[in-house]
Amino acid sequence: MQSQLPIYPEQASNFAPHVDSLMLFITAICVFFATAVTVAIVIFFFKFHRKQPNDVGVPIEGDSRLEAAWMIIPLILAMAMFSWGAVVYVDYRHAPQDTLDVYVIGKQWMWKAQQPNGLKEINELHVPVDRNIRLILASEDVIHDFFVPAFRVKMDVVPGHYNTMWFRPTKPGRYHFFCSQYCGTNHAIMGGWVTVMEPSDYAAWLSGSSGGSANPLVAGEKLFAERACITCHVADGTGRAPSLNGLYGAQVLLADGSTVSADEAYLRESLLQPNAKIVAGYQPLMPTFQGQLTEEQILALTAYIKSLQSQPVPAKGSGIAPPTGKK
Amino acid sequence: MSNTPLTTLPGHKPPHEDYLNATYGIRSWLLTTDHKRIALLWLGSVTFFFFIGGIFATMIRIHLLTPTGALVTPETYNKLFTMHGVAMIFFFLIPSIPAVLGNFLIPLMIGAKDLAFPKINLLSWYIYMIGGCFVLYSFGTGGLDTGWTFYTPLSSIYSNSAVTPAVIGIFINGFSSILTGLNFIVTIHTMRAPGMTWFRLPLFAWAHYATSLVMILGTPVVAITLLLAGLERMFHLGFFNPALGGDPILFQHLFWFYSHPAVYIMVLPAMGVISEIIPTFARKPIFGYSFIAGSSIAIAVIGFLVWAHHMFVTGESTYAALTFSFLSYLVAIPSAVKVFNWTSTLYKGSISWDTPMLYALGFIGLFVIGGLTGLFLACLGLDIHIHDTYFVVAHFHYIMVGGAVMGYVGGIHFWWPKITGRLYPEMLSRFAAVTLFVGFNLTFFPQFILGYLGMPRRYHTYPPEFQVLNVLSTAGASILALGYLLPMIYLTWSMRYGKVAGKNPWPATGLEWTTDSPPPTENFHVTPEVTWEPYDYLNRPDLGLAGTPSPAPAHGDD
Repeated sequence: MQSQLPIYPEQASNFAPHVDSLMLFITAICVFFATAVTVAIVIFFFKFHRKQPNDVGVPIEGDSRLEAAWMIIPLILAMAMFSWGAVVYVDYRHAPQDTLDVYVIGKQWMWKAQQPNGLKEINELHVPVDRNIRLILASEDVIHDFFVPAFRVKMDVVPGHYNTMWFRPTKPGRYHFFCSQYCGTNHAIMGGWVTVMEPSDYAAWLSGSSGGSANPLVAGEKLFAERACITCHVADGTGRAPSLNGLYGAQVLLADGSTVSADEAYLRESLLQPNAKIVAGYQPLMPTFQGQLTEEQILALTAYIKSLQSQPVPAKGSGIAPPTGKK
Repeated sequence: MSNTPLTTLPGHKPPHEDYLNATYGIRSWLLTTDHKRIALLWLGSVTFFFFIGGIFATMIRIHLLTPTGALVTPETYNKLFTMHGVAMIFFFLIPSIPAVLGNFLIPLMIGAKDLAFPKINLLSWYIYMIGGCFVLYSFGTGGLDTGWTFYTPLSSIYSNSAVTPAVIGIFINGFSSILTGLNFIVTIHTMRAPGMTWFRLPLFAWAHYATSLVMILGTPVVAITLLLAGLERMFHLGFFNPALGGDPILFQHLFWFYSHPAVYIMVLPAMGVISEIIPTFARKPIFGYSFIAGSSIAIAVIGFLVWAHHMFVTGESTYAALTFSFLSYLVAIPSAVKVFNWTSTLYKGSISWDTPMLYALGFIGLFVIGGLTGLFLACLGLDIHIHDTYFVVAHFHYIMVGGAVMGYVGGIHFWWPKITGRLYPEMLSRFAAVTLFVGFNLTFFPQFILGYLGMPRRYHTYPPEFQVLNVLSTAGASILALGYLLPMIYLTWSMRYGKVAGKNPWPATGLEWTTDSPPPTENFHVTPEVTWEPYDYLNRPDLGLAGTPSPAPAHGDD
């Protein structure tokens, strides 16, 4: 359990305990030296406080044995830190042979991941627990960085380079991942969640996600979560994208001042060409799903969004135009 | 010696002629070649940029009070932290101590009439002002949102902000740095007074000598690098953009080849200031003079060989990472040597609690934390977690603000009587020093924890679990701001109303304290001759102190 004010994130990968031990080791040494210096300063500060206004100190020019001691001892400790850190790093930079490879592509300002069977995700990454996972990282524009604090690992995603990183998740759960290399306007919201699943759940998720569900409404609801629509289109209107409650059939106020009726064509266009019509007050952040959704899936999503028509519309954070003031 | 001023105001006849009242009028300042007047021009302009950078910092901290961002849009936030960094690093921290205190003091400390090239010295300031105008133009016309690091291809292709004028401004400003460094090196080599041997040089001069080496050798590299990024942006010449056949990692190598040593440009002069303050206010020679002097040179040299520790997670080769991690640990040793020697100097001293000493001790405390947390970042295995998080932000603020700015403000207090001839109000200034120290720690210590928890830097919005520490940091920043405003106010006040200081109020042993306060234009009425060792209080009857040390005689055996 995390307390109200934790000092380290959850440990959820093979690297996390090593990095934390390393942290403790270096912290212990540094606290020792910082305390020693501080205590010495404070003691001298009071003990040798000037008694008479024209007092002078005892001239001590130096001591070469002391100088040698405080060069050699810190050097030995520094080499210990270096060596331990090097061991962890070399391990991190050399992935084992038996990895499950997932492609991750960063672009301003979203993450796309592709599972070995071709399944694509956006701002989400599903991986099985206790399996060595290797991420193959590529960027479509500027430098990004894939960072999972709970795993204690990160790697830059550099255009023109393929970087790789690996880890073995040790605990099922959902963990934040961030972009940690500044990449422009929406750098801070270029993140998402890694979901670590039991192997059986992961297998079921892999096969279940290709759209086999019979009921389009249920399948749509599932897709809405899986494709991370739900992370922006939050029902209560607090997300980065408008709430979709009550949307179907309503008038939507657009950024250019016009309004549009939210019918099936509009929903479909917004899925495939999200930048064609921007809802007033929102950024053009939504990635296109052109080529990523089958017709079946588009239908399922549309069915689900239509079913939200009866849900309560939040006061703020909905794209629906206010009723015109005629009385 | 002539005591007749060239011009006098009606009814106001100055008692002594000094560099401040030797001539009057705006031309006498803007066309001066007196290193002391040029130092005051610098003081004004770096304070201006500190103010600009400070306003950006204030807005940043207010914005981060809430997870969703309390103040500005994402675009504006990104511009704020970029412009904060550019203003503070290139236009405040790098010139602050060298151009203000170094300019004023180096000729005085070595017994010279001026720097070796007085006109070039003035040119340096004009170049800085021209560079500054370009950067202000960039800030005013669209701002700058690349981060102060200007990483490509974001800066060279993707950014929609005013990158080109900013890059030109920093390019121009580089020449100011190079010329100042050149001036210091030549001056220290050729203009020392009779008897001022290399090992009688004040450690402040040693630190500036080391700094000047870095300025001359490093600055051209960053100037060229930024120029290349600018050319890529303006003319689509492919240096760093992979779409044009370039390599973005190349930019980082070139950029950090200067910008890591630049950290030492900022902190070495501060170490020089501390090395002056501590013996003065402990009234004894500094412990291990040659080790402190040598460690400055060692830092300057090794500091050039550690740049790629900024790049452990860029995908650089494992061997490169191992090499740079190793070298980064080596550079920690000379820094540690300085800290141990300063601390030992206090032993059996006659320690006063005057303001400059409070700043010096505050500097040691903050520099120790800043330096030690560098060991965390140099550690390869740990860096893969804390790289690009708030841990880094906290670390470099401890070095640059806790270190360099504490040193600068402490130095300003120490030499204020020499610069202005006046003393500042002592109790108020002690209060300000303590406020600065407390405010600083409250602001930046929580950021170490934030970083380890995984909050990346340069985020305009953050997950709610990080809010408590961010609020703490902002609260600390408001105390810190008070700590900066107080000295600005009472120092200005003291220029007119402060007590007259006299030649040597502390008293200190340096040559600069043997001349008038403020000094005459030619610095010394007669060329001084140095017959004493540095920081020697025993053989200086002119200081008017007790001729023998207060406790038992020295053996240096304990």
